[in-house]
Amino acid sequence: MTVPTKTPTTKELVSASISGKKTDVVGAVVAFVLLLSIFVSLGILVTLLADMLIKGWSVFADRGFDFVTSPLSPDPARAGVSQGIFGSVILMVFVVVVAFPLGVGAAIYLEEYAQDTRLTRFIVANMRNLAGVPSIVYGLLGFAVFVQLLSGITNGRTLISGGLTLAVLVLPIMMITASEALRAVPEALRQASYGVGATKWETIRHHVLPVALPAILTGSVLTIARAFGESAPLLLAGAVLSNFFSAPAGTGFVTHVTEGDYTALPIVVFNWARQPQKEFVAITAAGIVVLLVLLLLVNGAAIYIRDRASRK
Amino acid sequence: MTTAALNLSGDPKRKRRERRVRTVFQAAAVFSVVVSAAIVLSLIGRAIGYLLEIDLSQLWADGWFPRRGRFDLRTIVWHTLVVSAIAMLVATPLGLGASMYLSEYASPRARRILKPIIEVLAGIPSVVLGFFALKFITPNVLSTFFPGTQQSNLLAAGIGVGILIIPLVASVSEDAMRAVPSSLREASYGLGAQKWRTSLSVVFPAALSGIVASLILGLSRAIGETMVVAIAAGATGGSLLQVNPLNGGQTMTGAMASLAIGSDQVVGEAGTFDSLFFVGLLLFFMTLGLNIMSERFVKRFRQRY
Amino acid sequence: MNRIVPQSETADDAAASPPQAEAAAVFEVQDLNVFYSDFHAVRDVNIDVKEHEITAFIGPSGCGKSTVLRCFNRMNDLIETARVEGRINYHGVDLYGAEVDPVQVRRHIGMVFQKPNPFPKSIYDNIAFGPRIAGFSGNMDELVESSLERAALWDEVKDIQDQSAFALSGGQQQRLCIARAIATNPDVLLMDEPASALDPIATLRIEELMHELKNEYTIIIVTHNMQQAARVSDRTAFFNVSLNEKGQRTGQLVEFDETGRIFTNPAEEATEDYITGRFG
Repeated sequence: MTVPTKTPTTKELVSASISGKKTDVVGAVVAFVLLLSIFVSLGILVTLLADMLIKGWSVFADRGFDFVTSPLSPDPARAGVSQGIFGSVILMVFVVVVAFPLGVGAAIYLEEYAQDTRLTRFIVANMRNLAGVPSIVYGLLGFAVFVQLLSGITNGRTLISGGLTLAVLVLPIMMITASEALRAVPEALRQASYGVGATKWETIRHHVLPVALPAILTGSVLTIARAFGESAPLLLAGAVLSNFFSAPAGTGFVTHVTEGDYTALPIVVFNWARQPQKEFVAITAAGIVVLLVLLLLVNGAAIYIRDRASRK
Repeated sequence: MTTAALNLSGDPKRKRRERRVRTVFQAAAVFSVVVSAAIVLSLIGRAIGYLLEIDLSQLWADGWFPRRGRFDLRTIVWHTLVVSAIAMLVATPLGLGASMYLSEYASPRARRILKPIIEVLAGIPSVVLGFFALKFITPNVLSTFFPGTQQSNLLAAGIGVGILIIPLVASVSEDAMRAVPSSLREASYGLGAQKWRTSLSVVFPAALSGIVASLILGLSRAIGETMVVAIAAGATGGSLLQVNPLNGGQTMTGAMASLAIGSDQVVGEAGTFDSLFFVGLLLFFMTLGLNIMSERFVKRFRQRY
Repeated sequence: MNRIVPQSETADDAAASPPQAEAAAVFEVQDLNVFYSDFHAVRDVNIDVKEHEITAFIGPSGCGKSTVLRCFNRMNDLIETARVEGRINYHGVDLYGAEVDPVQVRRHIGMVFQKPNPFPKSIYDNIAFGPRIAGFSGNMDELVESSLERAALWDEVKDIQDQSAFALSGGQQQRLCIARAIATNPDVLLMDEPASALDPIATLRIEELMHELKNEYTIIIVTHNMQQAARVSDRTAFFNVSLNEKGQRTGQLVEFDETGRIFTNPAEEATEDYITGRFG
C-alpha cells in the first residue's frame, strides 16, 4: 500500500480557498459613506464661512477697521461692533472672576475631599443636570435673581447682571472640566506626597494642582470661548437690543460697567440679523466674521496655553 | 533622664488651616446646588403666578399669540418637536457617520486632520447658524427645492439646529465606540470578518447604549436651542399651529425669545410676560427628563465594561 | 461549512493508513522574521507544525511566542507597523502570497484569545456570527449545537442559548469562545494562553477539551505555564529573548522537539535553564 503523500489537489484546494481577494464592494461602499459624512460636515463649514466672507466683504473693503471701532448706529453704513466687543470682553472678565474659582473650588472639594455620601452624589448629579439646562433658562434665572431680585447690587440691566448670569451658566461645565482634570492626576502622586507627611491641602496645592493645571486652564479657556458666543441668556439679562444706545454722558469706565446699558457682540449680530432691510445683511455677516475671528483667537490661546504648560 | 513624650498630634495652626480650606471648597460645591434651587424657585414662583393669572382655557387656544392672551401650548410644543425632529434627521447620520469613521477607520494621521473639522463646527455660535439658516439655507437651498418656502420657516431652523448638534452627537458616540474593548474587534477579525462587518455588527451594537445617550443629548440640546429658531423660524408675534415645515412657526424657545425681546413694550393681556416663565419651566423639565434618561444609558454602557 | 481540506484527512483515517506514515505538516515555517517598524521582534524561526497534534510555544515574556502565533492567521496584518519576512506554508501554499486574502485565511485558521472575549450578544448569536458572515445557509441551530457540543458546553447552555454570553462564568465563556472559533469549521486552532485568566478547575477542563479537539483539529498553543505545555502538547517549541546587535530584545526559537524530550532531556542549555526555573 502506498503512503498517501500530500497530493497536489490538497494544495490546490487550499490555494483556491484562501486566494483571490474578492473585491469587497460592501466594504468600500461603507467606508465611502462614512467618510462622506465627515466631508459633508466639512462642506457645510466651508460654505458657511465662505458665505459670511462673501456677504460681509464689502463692509471691510469700504470701511476697513472702522467697522470694528464704530459704535452702534441706526444707519447700517455707519454701525460698528465696538460696543459689542467691549461688552463681551467685560462679560468674559466676570465669567473668569466668578466661575473659575467657584468651579475649580467645587471640583477640588468633590474630587479631593468629599466622601461618597448621598449629598456628594447629589451634588455631582446636580452638576451634570445643570450642564444640560438650556441657556435661555439661565437667562430666566439671571433676570429673576440678578436683574430684579438683587437689583440693589447689580443696578438691574447692567454688565454685572449679564456677567453673573453667564458665570452661572458656565459654572457646571467648569466644574466638570476641572473634575476631569483632577481625576486624571495619578493617585500614586498623592500617595507619595502623603507618604512624606504632607497634609491634604499641601498635597493639593503643591502636587495635584500643578499637574492638573494645564488641563484646567485649557478647559477654562474653551469654556470662555463658548460663553463668548452665548446670547440667549443675555436677552433676558438685559442686554440692549436696539440699533443705538450710548453711555450716559460724562461717565467713567466703572460707572459704565456698573450702571450703564450694555450689549455683547453676539447680541449685536442677533439684532442686525433680524432687521428686514437688506442693507443690514452685509454688516451682520461682517459682525459674524469679527466674532469668529475673536473666537479663533481665544481657541488659539487655549491651544497655546496647553502646549506651553505641558512642555514645562 | 526621661525623654519627652512623643507628640504625634500635629501643629494646631496647620490643622486649622486645613479645616478652613476644606470649608471654602465645600462652600463652592454647595453653591452649585444653590444655583439649581434658584433656577427652580425663580421659575416655579413666576410660573405659578402666571397660571393663577390666566384662565386655564387659554392654554388650549387657537394658536400662540401671547399679546392677545392666547397661550396654546400645543402650538409651541408641536413646533419645538418639528424643529427638533428635523435637527435629529440631520445630525444623526452625519454625527454617527463621522464618529464611526473617526473611531474605526481613521488612521492616527487622518484623525489629526479630520477631527478638528468637527471641533471647529462645535465652536460656531448659534447666532451664526441662525443667520446662515435664514440668509443662505432658505433662499439658496430650500427655495430651489421647495419653491413655496416662506422666508422664515421651521425647516431651515431645523437644519440649522441639526448642524449645531452634529459635533455633540459625534463626540459622545465616538467616545462610546472607542470605549469598546479592542479584544472584541480582535475576536471578530479572528473569525474572518472584514472591517465593515466588525464595525457594524460588533462595535456598533456593543456601543449602542452610549450611542443612544448621544442621540438623547442631541435631542435635548435641540429642544433647548433658542437663537437659531429666533432668527430663522419666524413668526415672532406668534403663530397658529403649523403642519407645513416650509412655513414659519413659534417654538417654545422662540416664544421665550420673543417675549424676552418685547418685554420692554409689553402691552398685552394678563400674563403675557409671565408666560415666559411657564414655558421656561416646561422646557426645563423636558430637557431635565431627557438628560436623566441619557445618564441612565451611559451608566448602563459603563457597567458593561 | 466545508473544510479547507476534506474531512477524509482526520486522525482516524490517518491511523488506518500505514503506521510508518508521518503525520502531514499543516504549517512549514521557513526563516520567519517579524519586525515592528525597525524593531526586530522575532528572528529566524523554522518550525513544522504537524496535523492533529498539539504544538506548544513556551518561553519567558517578550520572547515573541504570541507574535509568531499571530503570523499563522495573519492577525499581525492588523498592526500597521508589523512586517513579516520569510515563508509560512499552509498545506503547501504560501500564507503570505500576494493572492491570499487574510479574511479567508481566518475562516480556516481559528483563534482563541487570552481573556475570554465573547460578543455582547446571546450565546447563540456568538456562535452563529462566524458562519453567518461566511455565508452559511444551512441549519444554523444544528451548527450551533454541534459547535457547543464539541466545546463541551452544550449540556450547560442548551436551555439558555438566548441569554447574554456574559451570564456565563469565565471558564464557560472561554469554552464559548472555543465553540465560536470551531463553528467556522477551521482545521487549525490557535490558542493564545487560553487558560491564563481562568481558575485551576476551569483550566483543567480546557486542557481536557484540547485533548478531545486534537482528533479533529490541529492546535498551536502559546502558554507561559510550562507544566501545562508538558501536560497537553505533543511537540514543544522553546523561544527565548536575547539582545541583538542593535541592543534590541529579539525573540528566537531555541529548540523544537517532542514534548517528552524537551522536558526530560533538552538539547540546549538555555532550554534546560528555563525548564528548571533558573530564569523566566
